[in-house]
Amino acid sequence: MKKSWWKILSLVLLIYTIIGGFLFEVPRLDILNETIRNLYFHVCMWFGMMILFGVSFVYSIKHLRGFNLKHDIYARHFAETGSLFGILGYLTGILWVNVTWVTDQGQSLGSVLKEPKLIGAAIALLIYGAYFVLRGSFNDIDKKARVSAVYNIFAFAMLFPSIWIIPRLVGSLHPGAPGSDSGNPALNRNDLDGSMRMVFYPAIIGWTLLGVWITTLRIRLSLINEKDIIS
Amino acid sequence: MKKIATLFFLLFAYSLVYAQKKAEMADVMRSNGKIYTVVAVCLTILFGLFAYVYSIDRKISKIEKNNN
Repeated sequence: MKKSWWKILSLVLLIYTIIGGFLFEVPRLDILNETIRNLYFHVCMWFGMMILFGVSFVYSIKHLRGFNLKHDIYARHFAETGSLFGILGYLTGILWVNVTWVTDQGQSLGSVLKEPKLIGAAIALLIYGAYFVLRGSFNDIDKKARVSAVYNIFAFAMLFPSIWIIPRLVGSLHPGAPGSDSGNPALNRNDLDGSMRMVFYPAIIGWTLLGVWITTLRIRLSLINEKDIIS
Repeated sequence: MKKIATLFFLLFAYSLVYAQKKAEMADVMRSNGKIYTVVAVCLTILFGLFAYVYSIDRKISKIEKNNN
């Protein structure tokens, strides 16, 4: 057991997330009602995914700078956990859509399916899916690491246009789209209630650290399995 | 005078209606304390998950030690 303070921090922050997330006051809003608390879970999955993909991106660049195969393993596993978080975000989003947009807002299934952020997130996840397919299609280890590092940089570059920029341009049911009067919730201080920020930011850190912990376990296992290749 | 009284009455009635239009939240669940059951269930799952990840971490450490 590698003792690390951040593993304990992750547990503490997630305990706080669950207690604070269910018990603290939240704004009383129509349609959202209590589901507003999903912010601490659903949205955190996406933030965690972006951070993990970001780390993967950094390790891909590091690999291209020195062609160290260790960095390639790091990049791969961070991308894997990031994808897991993305899939969890998608699944939790489906549940949330059902009770807010479809049932209470009366959106047709068609308009939900046309939701640009859903399509963008699907594109981003598929791009990362192709990263793993690409990795599997090489026999030469060095070539695999090099090409997939380049592809990973491309995938990260596509992530932000597809999940942030395009939904803001064409209009989306998510907050922050033109037409929904909320402007840019990432930059607008009035958009997210102060009491929710108190839980939301620790929740992001807690979930991300849990993802990092799982990733380091997988990396360490890979390093043992591929010991003869790396050194 | 009568008009003003009517106006006040209407204002009062309106404010009553307005107060009732507040968004519906799970207040009952909070007042009878069942929300604590939900928190306890989620915390139990969280502890279980962390215990599991911790045990995997220890196992990998053991393998790492044997390999070196």
